[in-house]
Amino acid sequence: MKSVVDSWKSIVMAAALAGAAGAALAEEGGAHSQPKPPRQEWSFAGAFGHYDNAQLRRGYKVYKEVCSSCHSISRLAFRNFAEKGGPEISEAEAKALAESYKIKDGPNDAGDYFERPGRLSDRVPPPFPNEQAARAALNGAYPPDMSVLAKARGYSRGFPLFLADALPGFSYQEHGVDYIVALLTGYVDAPQGVELAPGQYYNLYMPGRRTGMPPPLSDGAVTYDDGTPQTAAQYAKDVSAFLMWAAEPHLEERKSIGLKVVGFLIVLSFLVYFTKRKIWANVHH
Amino acid sequence: MTGHSTYTPKSGFARWLERRLPILGFIHESFVAYPVPKNLNYLWTFGAILSFMLVAQIVTGIVLAMHYTPETTLAFDSIEHIMRDVNWGWALRYAHANGASMFFLAVYIHIFRGMYYGSYKEPREVLWILGVVIFMLMMATGFLGYVLPWGQMSFWAATVITNLFTAIPYVGNSITTWLLGGYSVDNATLNRFFALHYLLPFVIVAIVGLHVWALHVTGQNNPTGVEVKDIEKETVPFTPYATLKDAVGLVVFVGLFAWLTFFVPNYTGHPDNYIEANPLVTPPHIVPEWYFLPFYAILRAIPNKLIGVIALFASILIVAALPWLDTSKVRSGVYRPAFKKFYWVFVFVAVGLGYLGAQPAEGVYLIAARILMAYYFLHFLVVLPLLGKYEQTLPEPRSIAASLGEAATPEEKPHA
Repeated sequence: MKSVVDSWKSIVMAAALAGAAGAALAEEGGAHSQPKPPRQEWSFAGAFGHYDNAQLRRGYKVYKEVCSSCHSISRLAFRNFAEKGGPEISEAEAKALAESYKIKDGPNDAGDYFERPGRLSDRVPPPFPNEQAARAALNGAYPPDMSVLAKARGYSRGFPLFLADALPGFSYQEHGVDYIVALLTGYVDAPQGVELAPGQYYNLYMPGRRTGMPPPLSDGAVTYDDGTPQTAAQYAKDVSAFLMWAAEPHLEERKSIGLKVVGFLIVLSFLVYFTKRKIWANVHH
Repeated sequence: MTGHSTYTPKSGFARWLERRLPILGFIHESFVAYPVPKNLNYLWTFGAILSFMLVAQIVTGIVLAMHYTPETTLAFDSIEHIMRDVNWGWALRYAHANGASMFFLAVYIHIFRGMYYGSYKEPREVLWILGVVIFMLMMATGFLGYVLPWGQMSFWAATVITNLFTAIPYVGNSITTWLLGGYSVDNATLNRFFALHYLLPFVIVAIVGLHVWALHVTGQNNPTGVEVKDIEKETVPFTPYATLKDAVGLVVFVGLFAWLTFFVPNYTGHPDNYIEANPLVTPPHIVPEWYFLPFYAILRAIPNKLIGVIALFASILIVAALPWLDTSKVRSGVYRPAFKKFYWVFVFVAVGLGYLGAQPAEGVYLIAARILMAYYFLHFLVVLPLLGKYEQTLPEPRSIAASLGEAATPEEKPHA
């Protein structure tokens, strides 16, 4: 009987502490937070994920024609476009792509800097030579580099869903790309009483809900030649997928090697377990 | 403890070496003949798992160091260079970053196992204290390593943590300037943090050596908490018995490690650390890696900085005092019904503090953190000392053999 009373005491104690933590949880999702970005379907999600090459090519087109006028993506090299697990254009196409850019090089033997056509080994040149030039041209704003943007953005699904994000079968690692899609399509008219400074826009997903970035995408702005719908929502998805690849160019390789590693370890664990059982069979424990 | 067999060199070379440096005999005695209680459960495989993780971190770390540049304008780029251009660089870096998480996961299980089964009690006090020293060195190494990618969280974690030292009266500012190599976190800081991050793991190796030495003097504790009385009947030789059992635990653990590294490699990280460090922009919430969160919650629960820092260090150091705070004569939690319940409440409190450490320090979060912190210290300072005096414990088995229902040997004496 005493142990029953004891266990009730400990349950009550644990419940009181859980209550304190639970009250803390209820506080989440306050007025100053952003809505959670809607979850998108991605070909590269999950253990068997791989990039959709055509989507990455479309995404690059959106980046090139829209984003690249302000945002650099300077850790991406032209050779990456021809590598496996990316847009997978041919090496000749990648070469032509590189040559379509002017790269500043030098100094040459005369001590001068000069421009030359890009090579496969070059990285995508930035739209502005430095931060000051960007700020001078863009009303004081400095658009972030997009090389790792898809990993540099994210949100927490909160307790307890964040625990499920890591689990095999449920794993959710696409918070960053989902956030970028939501941001690109999250422009709405400012509610009554919200004053926006000139050059500011109201976006549901921006911290503080104000951004200096004009709504970048509109239906039909970029021409697709593969018959994909030319809508802002589609552009947002495609360019986000492209940014995910730019941030994680080895994702496909990582996941395919991971499957082999985990598969090997599962087999090994059975072998080791049964060996252990055999060895311990004569020990009473 | 003396083992099951003695080493007899078989080859001519081994005989030659054994007369000059008996290292083969030492290895045989420590890892082959060493007697292991036969009733250990899988929680006892975490020592081997931790040894593996230490070696894995050192090996991946040394290769990463070959490609990393500890300079403020190049560090972030060099990490991206590793991720993109170095062969297997992404695998090395993700394995190293997630390896730190797995290392801490293992050490927490190892520590909580010791707490449950009373592994810190006489005669294992020195073994336990050495473990706490290793844990603190791991925390230092983990913190220093987190700064190296030079992302926003790296920079601001370094700023917050080094700022703690300014709380020391009179000399705080001088000490902090000395630690940073300047007046703020900058290139000098990054350079010395890299040097120390490379150094400390080898200090850990040395202390692990002492930890294992102390373990091999006292022998392992076991789930009954009753010391081995009959080496022949109650223990098995380390190899092949413990080796194989450790291997099972290790393979399962490495499976989890591989899942994290290959499929959810950024799960334990913070997105802000993919933004290059910028001293002019403070992130809205500065949070450390998950394994520091309970201690971070304690630090922030106290409004006074100096007392907060003292509480932070006290919350770790108090663990080293466990052998003297736990007054119970009974070693294992298995025979302590009241202790068991308080133990699980304590586990809940520690995890709860971890959750609160990730939340903003305001409103109910702050109140909850204060309550849990108070309980954390109460567990050590009040609950454990009093429990040992007033708890009604269950009878312990006379011996490990008796706990397994085996016939007692004549020389066995009842446990006092």
